[in-house]
Amino acid sequence: MSTNVQKFPSQFPIPARAGSDPRFPAPTGAPGSKVGPISMGRAAPNVSPEISKVGLSEICLSYRTRSGERLLALDNISLQVRAGEFVCIVGPSGCGKSTLLHLIAGLQPQTCGQILIDGKPVQGPGTDRLMIFQEHGLFPWLTVGQNVEFGMKMKGVPKAEREEKTRYYLRLVHLAKFEKSYIHQLSGGMRQRVAIARALATEPDVLLMDEPFAALDAQTRDLLHDELERIWSASGRTIIFVTHNVREAIRLGDRVVLLTFRPGRVKSEFLVELPRPRQLEDPTVARAAREILDELRDEINRSLEAEYNEGVKPHVEPGVETGARL
Amino acid sequence: MKRAARYIIFYTALFGLWTLLAELKIWPPYLFPAPWGVGQALYAGFQDHSYGIAIRVSMQRVLIGYSISVVLGMILGLGVASNKFLEETMGGLLVSLQSLPSICWWPLALLWFGLNQNAILFVVIMGSLLSVTLAMEDGRKQMPKIFGQAGRNLGAKGFKLFWYVLLPASLPFIVSGLKQGWAFAWRSLITAEMLYLSLGLGQVLMMGRDLNDMSAVIAVMILIIAIGYLVDGIVFKGMERHLQNKWGLTPAT
Repeated sequence: MSTNVQKFPSQFPIPARAGSDPRFPAPTGAPGSKVGPISMGRAAPNVSPEISKVGLSEICLSYRTRSGERLLALDNISLQVRAGEFVCIVGPSGCGKSTLLHLIAGLQPQTCGQILIDGKPVQGPGTDRLMIFQEHGLFPWLTVGQNVEFGMKMKGVPKAEREEKTRYYLRLVHLAKFEKSYIHQLSGGMRQRVAIARALATEPDVLLMDEPFAALDAQTRDLLHDELERIWSASGRTIIFVTHNVREAIRLGDRVVLLTFRPGRVKSEFLVELPRPRQLEDPTVARAAREILDELRDEINRSLEAEYNEGVKPHVEPGVETGARL
Repeated sequence: MKRAARYIIFYTALFGLWTLLAELKIWPPYLFPAPWGVGQALYAGFQDHSYGIAIRVSMQRVLIGYSISVVLGMILGLGVASNKFLEETMGGLLVSLQSLPSICWWPLALLWFGLNQNAILFVVIMGSLLSVTLAMEDGRKQMPKIFGQAGRNLGAKGFKLFWYVLLPASLPFIVSGLKQGWAFAWRSLITAEMLYLSLGLGQVLMMGRDLNDMSAVIAVMILIIAIGYLVDGIVFKGMERHLQNKWGLTPAT
Protein backbone atom coordinates (compact mmCIF):
# COMPACT_ATOMS: atom_id res chain seq x y z
CA MET A 1 0.00 0.00 0.00
CA SER A 2 1.23 3.44 -0.81
CA THR A 3 2.57 5.33 2.12
CA ASN A 4 0.76 8.40 0.98
CA VAL A 5 -2.67 7.04 1.46
CA GLN A 6 -3.65 5.36 4.67
CA LYS A 7 -6.61 3.14 4.56
CA PHE A 8 -8.78 2.88 7.58
CA PRO A 9 -10.75 -0.19 8.36
CA SER A 10 -14.24 -0.20 7.07
CA GLN A 11 -16.78 1.36 9.32
CA PHE A 12 -19.15 -1.39 8.55
CA PRO A 13 -19.91 -3.41 10.55
CA ILE A 14 -19.90 -0.86 13.29
CA PRO A 15 -17.93 -1.89 16.36
CA ALA A 16 -19.91 -2.55 19.45
CA ARG A 17 -18.63 0.53 21.17
CA ALA A 18 -16.17 3.07 19.96
CA GLY A 19 -12.94 2.71 21.90
CA SER A 20 -13.56 -0.88 22.98
CA ASP A 21 -12.04 -2.28 19.84
CA PRO A 22 -8.35 -1.68 19.26
CA ARG A 23 -9.07 -0.92 15.63
CA PHE A 24 -11.45 1.80 16.73
CA PRO A 25 -9.77 3.83 19.42
CA ALA A 26 -11.65 6.40 21.39
CA PRO A 27 -13.24 9.04 19.23
CA THR A 28 -11.14 12.00 18.38
CA GLY A 29 -14.01 14.27 17.55
CA ALA A 30 -17.28 14.87 19.30
CA PRO A 31 -18.57 12.26 21.71
CA GLY A 32 -20.11 9.39 19.86
CA SER A 33 -17.70 9.75 17.00
CA LYS A 34 -16.78 6.48 15.37
CA VAL A 35 -14.17 7.79 13.05
CA GLY A 36 -10.81 6.18 13.27
CA PRO A 37 -7.73 8.11 14.33
CA ILE A 38 -6.83 10.60 11.70
CA SER A 39 -3.18 11.42 11.65
CA MET A 40 -2.76 15.11 12.16
CA GLY A 41 0.96 15.18 11.65
CA ARG A 42 0.93 16.64 8.22
CA ALA A 43 1.32 20.25 7.30
CA ALA A 44 -2.17 21.62 7.05
CA PRO A 45 -1.91 25.34 7.56
CA ASN A 46 -5.60 26.10 7.44
CA VAL A 47 -7.01 23.26 9.40
CA SER A 48 -8.10 24.70 12.68
CA PRO A 49 -7.80 22.75 15.91
CA GLU A 50 -9.70 19.60 16.02
CA ILE A 51 -13.36 20.23 16.62
CA SER A 52 -16.08 18.28 14.93
CA LYS A 53 -17.72 20.79 12.65
CA VAL A 54 -20.13 18.40 11.04
CA GLY A 55 -21.05 15.25 12.88
CA LEU A 56 -23.18 12.51 11.41
CA SER A 57 -24.14 9.74 13.76
CA GLU A 58 -25.85 6.61 12.54
CA ILE A 59 -27.75 8.32 9.76
CA CYS A 60 -30.21 6.27 7.81
CA LEU A 61 -32.77 7.16 5.22
CA SER A 62 -35.49 5.02 3.75
CA TYR A 63 -38.10 5.75 1.17
CA ARG A 64 -41.45 4.23 0.60
CA THR A 65 -41.66 3.59 -3.10
CA ARG A 66 -44.84 3.89 -5.08
CA SER A 67 -45.42 0.16 -4.90
CA GLY A 68 -45.31 0.43 -1.13
CA GLU A 69 -42.03 -1.33 -0.43
CA ARG A 70 -39.39 0.32 1.68
CA LEU A 71 -36.14 1.19 0.06
CA LEU A 72 -33.15 1.78 2.27
CA ALA A 73 -31.05 4.50 0.62
CA LEU A 74 -28.59 5.30 3.38
CA ASP A 75 -27.69 3.04 6.25
CA ASN A 76 -25.84 3.71 9.45
CA ILE A 77 -23.59 6.49 8.25
CA SER A 78 -21.35 8.02 10.86
CA LEU A 79 -18.82 10.63 9.93
CA GLN A 80 -17.04 13.42 11.74
CA VAL A 81 -15.70 16.37 9.79
CA ARG A 82 -13.29 18.77 11.45
CA ALA A 83 -13.55 22.52 10.94
CA GLY A 84 -11.56 23.51 7.90
CA GLU A 85 -11.34 19.99 6.58
CA PHE A 86 -11.89 19.11 2.94
CA VAL A 87 -13.70 15.79 2.84
CA CYS A 88 -14.60 14.09 -0.42
CA ILE A 89 -17.32 11.48 -0.62
CA VAL A 90 -17.10 9.02 -3.49
CA GLY A 91 -19.30 6.14 -4.49
CA PRO A 92 -21.08 4.64 -7.46
CA SER A 93 -24.14 6.42 -8.74
CA GLY A 94 -27.13 5.40 -6.70
CA CYS A 95 -25.24 5.15 -3.43
CA GLY A 96 -27.05 8.15 -2.04
CA LYS A 97 -24.07 10.45 -1.75
CA SER A 98 -26.01 13.43 -3.11
CA THR A 99 -28.88 12.60 -0.82
CA LEU A 100 -26.50 12.64 2.11
CA LEU A 101 -25.59 16.24 1.24
CA HIS A 102 -29.28 17.14 1.04
CA LEU A 103 -29.69 15.77 4.55
CA ILE A 104 -26.78 17.81 5.87
CA ALA A 105 -28.18 20.87 4.09
CA GLY A 106 -31.46 20.21 5.86
CA LEU A 107 -33.40 20.13 2.61
CA GLN A 108 -34.77 16.74 3.52
CA PRO A 109 -35.14 14.97 6.88
CA GLN A 110 -33.30 11.75 7.61
CA THR A 111 -35.19 8.71 8.83
CA CYS A 112 -32.95 8.06 11.80
CA GLY A 113 -29.73 9.26 13.34
CA GLN A 114 -28.59 12.75 14.02
CA ILE A 115 -26.73 15.44 12.13
CA LEU A 116 -24.87 17.92 14.28
CA ILE A 117 -23.34 21.18 13.19
CA ASP A 118 -21.08 22.56 15.90
CA GLY A 119 -22.82 20.15 18.23
CA LYS A 120 -26.30 21.43 17.41
CA PRO A 121 -28.77 19.22 15.58
CA VAL A 122 -29.79 20.25 12.08
CA GLN A 123 -33.39 21.37 11.79
CA GLY A 124 -34.10 22.44 8.25
CA PRO A 125 -31.95 24.54 5.97
CA GLY A 126 -29.56 27.10 7.37
CA THR A 127 -27.13 29.51 5.84
CA ASP A 128 -24.32 28.17 8.01
CA ARG A 129 -24.02 25.35 5.49
CA LEU A 130 -24.61 26.00 1.83
CA MET A 131 -25.07 23.61 -0.99
CA ILE A 132 -23.57 23.98 -4.44
CA PHE A 133 -25.52 21.86 -6.86
CA GLN A 134 -24.30 20.03 -9.91
CA GLU A 135 -26.82 21.97 -11.98
CA HIS A 136 -25.62 25.10 -10.18
CA GLY A 137 -29.22 26.13 -9.30
CA LEU A 138 -28.59 29.76 -10.14
CA PHE A 139 -31.67 31.87 -10.69
CA PRO A 140 -32.01 32.71 -14.39
CA TRP A 141 -34.34 35.64 -13.70
CA LEU A 142 -31.65 37.48 -11.76
CA THR A 143 -28.37 38.95 -12.90
CA VAL A 144 -25.08 37.46 -11.73
CA GLY A 145 -24.78 40.18 -9.10
CA GLN A 146 -28.35 39.68 -7.87
CA ASN A 147 -27.72 35.95 -7.61
CA VAL A 148 -24.67 36.47 -5.45
CA GLU A 149 -26.61 38.96 -3.37
CA PHE A 150 -29.62 36.70 -2.89
CA GLY A 151 -28.67 34.93 0.33
CA MET A 152 -27.64 38.19 1.97
CA LYS A 153 -30.92 39.78 0.89
CA MET A 154 -32.85 36.93 2.53
CA LYS A 155 -30.82 37.45 5.67
CA GLY A 156 -31.67 41.16 5.67
CA VAL A 157 -28.14 42.46 5.17
CA PRO A 158 -28.23 46.23 4.37
CA LYS A 159 -27.96 47.15 0.71
CA ALA A 160 -24.61 48.93 0.84
CA GLU A 161 -22.96 46.00 2.58
CA ARG A 162 -24.56 43.59 0.15
CA GLU A 163 -23.20 45.44 -2.84
CA GLU A 164 -19.74 45.61 -1.39
CA LYS A 165 -19.66 41.90 -0.58
CA THR A 166 -21.12 40.98 -3.94
CA ARG A 167 -18.30 42.83 -5.66
CA TYR A 168 -15.76 41.22 -3.35
CA TYR A 169 -16.92 37.67 -3.99
CA LEU A 170 -17.29 38.22 -7.72
CA ARG A 171 -13.70 39.44 -7.80
CA LEU A 172 -12.70 36.36 -5.83
CA VAL A 173 -14.01 34.11 -8.60
CA HIS A 174 -12.75 36.47 -11.32
CA LEU A 175 -16.18 37.45 -12.56
CA ALA A 176 -16.31 41.13 -11.57
CA LYS A 177 -17.00 42.15 -15.14
CA PHE A 178 -20.10 39.99 -15.37
CA GLU A 179 -22.08 41.44 -12.50
CA LYS A 180 -24.83 42.68 -14.82
CA SER A 181 -24.98 39.61 -17.05
CA TYR A 182 -27.69 37.00 -16.97
CA ILE A 183 -26.88 33.39 -16.22
CA HIS A 184 -27.59 32.07 -19.69
CA GLN A 185 -24.92 34.37 -21.08
CA LEU A 186 -22.20 32.59 -19.10
CA SER A 187 -20.30 29.41 -19.86
CA GLY A 188 -20.69 26.33 -17.67
CA GLY A 189 -17.49 27.02 -15.75
CA MET A 190 -18.47 30.63 -15.13
CA ARG A 191 -21.86 29.51 -13.85
CA GLN A 192 -20.24 27.22 -11.31
CA ARG A 193 -18.00 30.08 -10.20
CA VAL A 194 -21.08 32.26 -9.72
CA ALA A 195 -22.63 29.45 -7.69
CA ILE A 196 -19.50 29.32 -5.53
CA ALA A 197 -19.53 33.10 -5.09
CA ARG A 198 -23.23 33.01 -4.23
CA ALA A 199 -22.65 30.36 -1.59
CA LEU A 200 -19.60 32.10 -0.14
CA ALA A 201 -21.35 35.47 -0.01
CA THR A 202 -23.65 34.30 2.77
CA GLU A 203 -20.47 33.34 4.63
CA PRO A 204 -21.31 29.78 5.54
CA ASP A 205 -18.97 27.70 7.67
CA VAL A 206 -19.59 24.62 5.61
CA LEU A 207 -19.77 24.25 1.85
CA LEU A 208 -21.62 21.21 0.55
CA MET A 209 -20.67 20.56 -3.04
CA ASP A 210 -22.69 18.06 -5.04
CA GLU A 211 -20.63 16.98 -8.04
CA PRO A 212 -20.23 20.63 -8.94
CA PHE A 213 -17.75 20.09 -11.76
CA ALA A 214 -19.15 16.90 -13.25
CA ALA A 215 -20.71 18.59 -16.25
CA LEU A 216 -17.64 20.66 -17.17
CA ASP A 217 -14.89 20.02 -19.66
CA ALA A 218 -11.49 18.90 -18.39
CA GLN A 219 -9.67 22.23 -18.75
CA THR A 220 -12.38 24.19 -17.00
CA ARG A 221 -12.48 21.62 -14.25
CA ASP A 222 -8.72 21.86 -13.69
CA LEU A 223 -8.97 25.62 -13.37
CA LEU A 224 -11.86 25.36 -10.97
CA HIS A 225 -9.97 22.82 -8.86
CA ASP A 226 -7.16 25.33 -8.48
CA GLU A 227 -9.58 28.10 -7.74
CA LEU A 228 -11.54 26.08 -5.19
CA GLU A 229 -8.37 25.02 -3.42
CA ARG A 230 -7.22 28.63 -3.30
CA ILE A 231 -10.54 29.83 -1.89
CA TRP A 232 -10.64 26.98 0.59
CA SER A 233 -7.15 27.59 1.92
CA ALA A 234 -7.76 31.35 2.07
CA SER A 235 -11.10 31.14 3.80
CA GLY A 236 -10.66 28.12 6.04
CA ARG A 237 -14.13 26.80 5.22
CA THR A 238 -15.11 23.23 5.82
CA ILE A 239 -15.94 21.52 2.56
CA ILE A 240 -17.82 18.30 1.95
CA PHE A 241 -17.45 17.45 -1.69
CA VAL A 242 -19.38 14.69 -3.40
CA THR A 243 -18.04 13.23 -6.61
CA HIS A 244 -17.92 9.97 -8.52
CA ASN A 245 -14.49 10.86 -9.81
CA VAL A 246 -11.87 9.30 -7.53
CA ARG A 247 -8.99 11.32 -8.94
CA GLU A 248 -10.88 14.52 -8.34
CA ALA A 249 -11.48 13.41 -4.78
CA ILE A 250 -7.77 12.82 -4.23
CA ARG A 251 -6.83 16.02 -6.04
CA LEU A 252 -8.93 18.02 -3.59
CA GLY A 253 -9.59 16.12 -0.39
CA ASP A 254 -7.85 15.81 2.93
CA ARG A 255 -9.84 12.68 3.34
CA VAL A 256 -11.82 10.48 0.98
CA VAL A 257 -14.84 8.58 2.21
CA LEU A 258 -16.02 5.68 0.10
CA LEU A 259 -19.70 4.75 0.16
CA THR A 260 -21.16 1.41 -0.83
CA PHE A 261 -23.87 0.90 -3.41
CA ARG A 262 -27.47 0.88 -2.20
CA PRO A 263 -27.90 1.13 0.67
CA GLY A 264 -25.15 3.69 1.05
CA ARG A 265 -22.83 2.84 3.92
CA VAL A 266 -19.35 4.03 4.70
CA LYS A 267 -17.16 1.33 3.22
CA SER A 268 -13.79 2.84 4.00
CA GLU A 269 -11.98 6.07 4.56
CA PHE A 270 -8.66 7.18 3.15
CA LEU A 271 -6.47 9.92 4.44
CA VAL A 272 -4.74 11.72 1.62
CA GLU A 273 -1.39 13.04 2.68
CA LEU A 274 0.00 14.12 -0.66
CA PRO A 275 1.44 17.62 -0.61
CA ARG A 276 -0.67 20.42 -2.04
CA PRO A 277 -1.19 21.71 -4.62
CA ARG A 278 -1.78 18.41 -6.34
CA GLN A 279 -2.29 17.84 -10.03
CA LEU A 280 -4.95 15.61 -11.41
CA GLU A 281 -2.45 13.87 -13.66
CA ASP A 282 0.27 13.39 -11.02
CA PRO A 283 1.42 9.77 -10.86
CA THR A 284 1.03 9.89 -7.08
CA VAL A 285 -2.56 10.96 -7.47
CA ALA A 286 -3.10 8.21 -10.00
CA ARG A 287 -1.56 5.62 -7.69
CA ALA A 288 -3.71 6.70 -4.79
CA ALA A 289 -6.74 6.70 -7.03
CA ARG A 290 -5.98 3.15 -8.10
CA GLU A 291 -6.15 1.99 -4.52
CA ILE A 292 -9.49 3.56 -3.90
CA LEU A 293 -10.79 2.49 -7.28
CA ASP A 294 -9.97 -1.12 -6.48
CA GLU A 295 -12.37 -0.92 -3.60
CA LEU A 296 -14.87 1.13 -5.51
CA ARG A 297 -14.86 -1.35 -8.39
CA ASP A 298 -16.89 -3.92 -6.44
CA GLU A 299 -19.50 -1.33 -5.69
CA ILE A 300 -19.63 -0.13 -9.25
CA ASN A 301 -20.04 -3.71 -10.39
CA ARG A 302 -22.84 -4.18 -7.91
CA SER A 303 -24.54 -1.05 -9.16
CA LEU A 304 -24.22 -2.13 -12.78
CA GLU A 305 -25.50 -5.59 -11.95
CA ALA A 306 -28.47 -4.09 -10.18
CA GLU A 307 -29.13 -1.88 -13.16
CA TYR A 308 -29.07 -4.80 -15.61
CA ASN A 309 -31.17 -7.01 -13.43
CA GLU A 310 -33.76 -4.51 -12.44
CA GLY A 311 -34.16 -2.99 -15.84
CA VAL A 312 -35.66 0.43 -15.43
CA LYS A 313 -35.12 1.37 -11.85
CA PRO A 314 -33.26 4.65 -11.82
CA HIS A 315 -31.37 5.63 -8.74
CA VAL A 316 -33.31 7.74 -6.35
CA GLU A 317 -32.97 11.43 -7.04
CA PRO A 318 -32.73 13.49 -3.91
CA GLY A 319 -36.03 14.98 -3.01
CA VAL A 320 -38.00 13.34 -5.75
CA GLU A 321 -39.78 10.50 -4.06
CA THR A 322 -39.56 11.69 -0.55
CA GLY A 323 -41.90 14.62 -0.77
CA ALA A 324 -39.06 16.90 0.23
CA ARG A 325 -40.24 19.85 2.22
CA LEU A 326 -40.83 22.74 -0.11
CA MET B 1 -39.99 43.68 -44.80
CA LYS B 2 -41.26 40.52 -46.40
CA ARG B 3 -43.59 40.04 -43.47
CA ALA B 4 -45.02 43.53 -43.87
CA ALA B 5 -45.56 42.85 -47.56
CA ARG B 6 -47.43 39.66 -46.76
CA TYR B 7 -49.66 41.53 -44.31
CA ILE B 8 -50.41 44.24 -46.85
CA ILE B 9 -51.26 41.75 -49.57
CA PHE B 10 -53.51 39.71 -47.26
CA TYR B 11 -55.45 42.66 -45.87
CA THR B 12 -55.77 44.38 -49.23
CA ALA B 13 -57.23 41.18 -50.63
CA LEU B 14 -59.58 40.83 -47.66
CA PHE B 15 -60.85 44.39 -47.97
CA GLY B 16 -61.06 44.03 -51.73
CA LEU B 17 -63.22 40.94 -51.38
CA TRP B 18 -65.38 42.64 -48.77
CA THR B 19 -65.83 45.71 -50.99
CA LEU B 20 -66.57 43.55 -53.98
CA LEU B 21 -69.24 41.57 -52.15
CA ALA B 22 -70.77 44.75 -50.79
CA GLU B 23 -70.73 46.35 -54.25
CA LEU B 24 -72.37 43.34 -55.86
CA LYS B 25 -75.28 43.93 -53.49
CA ILE B 26 -76.07 40.24 -53.14
CA TRP B 27 -77.37 41.13 -49.69
CA PRO B 28 -79.03 44.47 -48.87
CA PRO B 29 -76.55 47.11 -47.57
CA TYR B 30 -78.25 47.31 -44.16
CA LEU B 31 -77.28 43.66 -43.66
CA PHE B 32 -73.91 43.70 -45.39
CA PRO B 33 -72.35 47.17 -45.18
CA ALA B 34 -69.29 48.23 -47.16
CA PRO B 35 -65.95 48.87 -45.39
CA TRP B 36 -66.27 52.66 -45.53
CA GLY B 37 -69.72 52.44 -43.90
CA VAL B 38 -68.05 50.67 -40.96
CA GLY B 39 -65.26 53.23 -41.04
CA GLN B 40 -67.82 56.03 -40.80
CA ALA B 41 -69.55 54.29 -37.91
CA LEU B 42 -66.19 53.99 -36.11
CA TYR B 43 -65.44 57.64 -36.71
CA ALA B 44 -68.89 58.73 -35.52
CA GLY B 45 -68.63 56.53 -32.43
CA PHE B 46 -65.33 58.06 -31.38
CA GLN B 47 -66.57 61.51 -32.34
CA ASP B 48 -69.49 61.45 -29.90
CA HIS B 49 -67.26 59.80 -27.24
CA SER B 50 -69.56 56.82 -26.85
CA TYR B 51 -66.82 54.37 -27.93
CA GLY B 52 -64.21 56.10 -25.80
CA ILE B 53 -66.38 55.82 -22.71
CA ALA B 54 -67.32 52.23 -23.51
CA ILE B 55 -63.67 51.24 -23.93
CA ARG B 56 -62.72 52.92 -20.66
CA VAL B 57 -65.52 51.27 -18.71
CA SER B 58 -64.84 47.84 -20.19
CA MET B 59 -61.08 48.05 -19.67
CA GLN B 60 -61.58 49.10 -16.08
CA ARG B 61 -63.84 46.14 -15.40
CA VAL B 62 -61.62 43.61 -17.10
CA LEU B 63 -58.54 44.93 -15.32
CA ILE B 64 -60.16 44.66 -11.89
CA GLY B 65 -61.64 41.24 -12.61
CA TYR B 66 -58.50 39.87 -14.19
CA SER B 67 -56.21 41.16 -11.42
CA ILE B 68 -58.38 39.52 -8.79
CA SER B 69 -58.39 36.22 -10.63
CA VAL B 70 -54.62 36.32 -11.14
CA VAL B 71 -53.99 36.79 -7.43
CA LEU B 72 -56.61 34.23 -6.39
CA GLY B 73 -55.56 31.82 -9.12
CA MET B 74 -51.93 31.92 -8.09
CA ILE B 75 -52.77 31.22 -4.47
CA LEU B 76 -55.18 28.44 -5.42
CA GLY B 77 -52.86 26.94 -8.01
CA LEU B 78 -49.92 26.95 -5.67
CA GLY B 79 -52.02 25.40 -2.94
CA VAL B 80 -53.28 22.67 -5.22
CA ALA B 81 -49.81 21.98 -6.58
CA SER B 82 -48.13 21.68 -3.21
CA ASN B 83 -50.74 19.70 -1.34
CA LYS B 84 -51.44 16.13 -2.32
CA PHE B 85 -54.89 16.09 -0.77
CA LEU B 86 -55.96 19.26 -2.57
CA GLU B 87 -54.42 18.05 -5.79
CA GLU B 88 -56.40 14.84 -5.76
CA THR B 89 -59.68 16.42 -4.73
CA MET B 90 -59.82 19.99 -5.92
CA GLY B 91 -57.63 19.38 -8.97
CA GLY B 92 -60.30 17.24 -10.57
CA LEU B 93 -63.07 19.64 -9.63
CA LEU B 94 -61.22 22.55 -11.22
CA VAL B 95 -60.78 20.70 -14.48
CA SER B 96 -64.44 19.75 -14.61
CA LEU B 97 -65.50 23.30 -13.75
CA GLN B 98 -63.55 24.52 -16.73
CA SER B 99 -66.03 22.87 -19.04
CA LEU B 100 -68.69 25.28 -17.75
CA PRO B 101 -68.95 28.39 -19.97
CA SER B 102 -68.37 31.38 -17.75
CA ILE B 103 -71.68 32.99 -18.70
CA CYS B 104 -73.44 30.12 -16.93
CA TRP B 105 -72.42 31.91 -13.74
CA TRP B 106 -74.51 34.90 -14.80
CA PRO B 107 -77.88 33.81 -13.32
CA LEU B 108 -76.14 32.87 -10.09
CA ALA B 109 -74.28 36.18 -10.03
CA LEU B 110 -77.53 38.08 -10.62
CA LEU B 111 -79.20 36.42 -7.69
CA TRP B 112 -76.17 36.90 -5.43
CA PHE B 113 -75.14 40.41 -6.33
CA GLY B 114 -78.17 41.86 -8.08
CA LEU B 115 -78.13 43.57 -11.44
CA ASN B 116 -74.95 45.58 -11.06
CA GLN B 117 -71.26 45.81 -11.77
CA ASN B 118 -70.34 43.21 -9.15
CA ALA B 119 -72.26 40.58 -11.05
CA ILE B 120 -70.24 41.38 -14.17
CA LEU B 121 -66.99 41.23 -12.22
CA PHE B 122 -67.99 37.89 -10.77
CA VAL B 123 -68.51 36.44 -14.23
CA VAL B 124 -65.18 37.85 -15.42
CA ILE B 125 -63.40 36.34 -12.44
CA MET B 126 -65.04 32.96 -12.86
CA GLY B 127 -64.14 33.06 -16.53
CA SER B 128 -60.43 33.53 -16.03
CA LEU B 129 -59.78 32.18 -12.54
CA LEU B 130 -59.73 28.55 -13.58
CA SER B 131 -57.23 28.94 -16.40
CA VAL B 132 -54.92 30.96 -14.16
CA THR B 133 -55.24 28.38 -11.39
CA LEU B 134 -54.56 25.44 -13.67
CA ALA B 135 -51.65 27.26 -15.29
CA MET B 136 -50.15 28.07 -11.92
CA GLU B 137 -50.56 24.50 -10.73
CA ASP B 138 -48.96 23.19 -13.87
CA GLY B 139 -46.20 25.79 -13.82
CA ARG B 140 -45.39 25.00 -10.25
CA LYS B 141 -45.03 21.33 -11.13
CA GLN B 142 -43.00 21.92 -14.26
CA MET B 143 -40.65 24.32 -12.54
CA PRO B 144 -37.30 22.62 -11.89
CA LYS B 145 -37.10 21.52 -8.24
CA ILE B 146 -33.63 22.88 -7.90
CA PHE B 147 -34.83 26.49 -7.72
CA GLY B 148 -36.89 25.80 -4.64
CA GLN B 149 -34.05 23.86 -3.06
CA ALA B 150 -31.50 26.54 -3.85
CA GLY B 151 -33.83 29.21 -2.51
CA ARG B 152 -34.41 27.39 0.77
CA ASN B 153 -30.75 26.64 0.99
CA LEU B 154 -29.99 30.35 0.76
CA GLY B 155 -32.37 31.10 3.59
CA ALA B 156 -35.62 31.94 1.80
CA LYS B 157 -38.77 30.61 3.41
CA GLY B 158 -42.48 31.25 3.61
CA PHE B 159 -43.64 34.29 1.70
CA LYS B 160 -40.10 35.29 0.73
CA LEU B 161 -39.59 31.90 -0.87
CA PHE B 162 -42.80 32.31 -2.85
CA TRP B 163 -42.20 35.92 -3.86
CA TYR B 164 -38.50 35.83 -4.67
CA VAL B 165 -38.11 32.27 -5.90
CA LEU B 166 -41.19 30.21 -6.69
CA LEU B 167 -43.11 32.95 -8.48
CA PRO B 168 -40.32 34.18 -10.76
CA ALA B 169 -39.16 30.61 -11.34
CA SER B 170 -42.56 29.48 -12.52
CA LEU B 171 -43.29 32.58 -14.61
CA PRO B 172 -42.10 31.14 -17.94
CA PHE B 173 -44.34 28.16 -17.35
CA ILE B 174 -47.45 30.15 -16.43
CA VAL B 175 -47.25 32.98 -18.92
CA SER B 176 -49.31 31.06 -21.48
CA GLY B 177 -51.90 30.35 -18.81
CA LEU B 178 -52.01 34.01 -17.84
CA LYS B 179 -52.55 34.85 -21.48
CA GLN B 180 -55.34 32.35 -21.79
CA GLY B 181 -56.86 33.73 -18.58
CA TRP B 182 -56.82 37.20 -20.08
CA ALA B 183 -58.59 36.00 -23.22
CA PHE B 184 -61.26 34.28 -21.13
CA ALA B 185 -61.69 37.36 -18.94
CA TRP B 186 -62.16 39.56 -21.97
CA ARG B 187 -64.71 37.26 -23.57
CA SER B 188 -66.65 36.80 -20.34
CA LEU B 189 -66.77 40.55 -19.86
CA ILE B 190 -68.19 41.29 -23.29
CA THR B 191 -70.75 38.51 -22.93
CA ALA B 192 -71.89 39.78 -19.55
CA GLU B 193 -72.04 43.35 -20.80
CA MET B 194 -74.27 42.28 -23.66
CA LEU B 195 -76.77 40.86 -21.19
CA TYR B 196 -76.90 43.86 -18.96
CA LEU B 197 -77.17 47.49 -20.04
CA SER B 198 -74.29 49.09 -18.23
CA LEU B 199 -72.15 51.11 -20.65
CA GLY B 200 -69.17 49.09 -21.80
CA LEU B 201 -68.41 47.68 -25.23
CA GLY B 202 -70.87 44.82 -24.92
CA GLN B 203 -73.70 47.24 -24.46
CA VAL B 204 -72.63 49.42 -27.39
CA LEU B 205 -72.59 46.28 -29.49
CA MET B 206 -76.15 45.42 -28.49
CA MET B 207 -77.18 49.01 -29.12
CA GLY B 208 -76.09 48.60 -32.73
CA ARG B 209 -78.45 45.66 -32.99
CA ASP B 210 -81.30 47.57 -31.37
CA LEU B 211 -80.87 50.43 -33.81
CA ASN B 212 -80.57 47.98 -36.68
CA ASP B 213 -77.23 49.60 -37.51
CA MET B 214 -75.08 46.86 -39.01
CA SER B 215 -72.13 49.21 -39.60
CA ALA B 216 -72.03 50.06 -35.90
CA VAL B 217 -72.27 46.37 -34.96
CA ILE B 218 -69.28 45.49 -37.11
CA ALA B 219 -67.40 48.57 -35.94
CA VAL B 220 -67.76 47.50 -32.30
CA MET B 221 -66.80 43.92 -33.14
CA ILE B 222 -63.64 45.25 -34.73
CA LEU B 223 -62.95 47.30 -31.62
CA ILE B 224 -63.34 44.25 -29.36
CA ILE B 225 -60.99 42.21 -31.53
CA ALA B 226 -58.48 45.05 -31.74
CA ILE B 227 -58.32 45.56 -27.99
CA GLY B 228 -57.92 41.86 -27.31
CA TYR B 229 -55.18 41.67 -29.91
CA LEU B 230 -53.39 44.78 -28.66
CA VAL B 231 -53.29 43.62 -25.04
CA ASP B 232 -51.99 40.26 -26.15
CA GLY B 233 -49.42 41.84 -28.45
CA ILE B 234 -48.19 44.51 -26.06
CA VAL B 235 -48.53 43.01 -22.57
CA PHE B 236 -48.02 39.30 -23.10
CA LYS B 237 -45.63 39.38 -26.04
CA GLY B 238 -43.61 41.94 -24.09
CA MET B 239 -43.59 39.68 -21.07
CA GLU B 240 -42.46 36.73 -23.16
CA ARG B 241 -39.70 38.74 -24.75
CA HIS B 242 -38.58 39.96 -21.35
CA LEU B 243 -38.44 36.42 -20.00
CA GLN B 244 -36.62 35.22 -23.06
CA ASN B 245 -33.96 37.89 -22.63
CA LYS B 246 -33.38 36.86 -19.05
CA TRP B 247 -33.68 33.12 -19.29
CA GLY B 248 -32.13 32.83 -22.71
CA LEU B 249 -34.76 30.42 -23.90
CA THR B 250 -38.13 30.43 -25.53
CA PRO B 251 -40.48 29.87 -22.61
CA ALA B 252 -42.80 26.96 -22.96
CA THR B 253 -45.81 28.67 -24.45
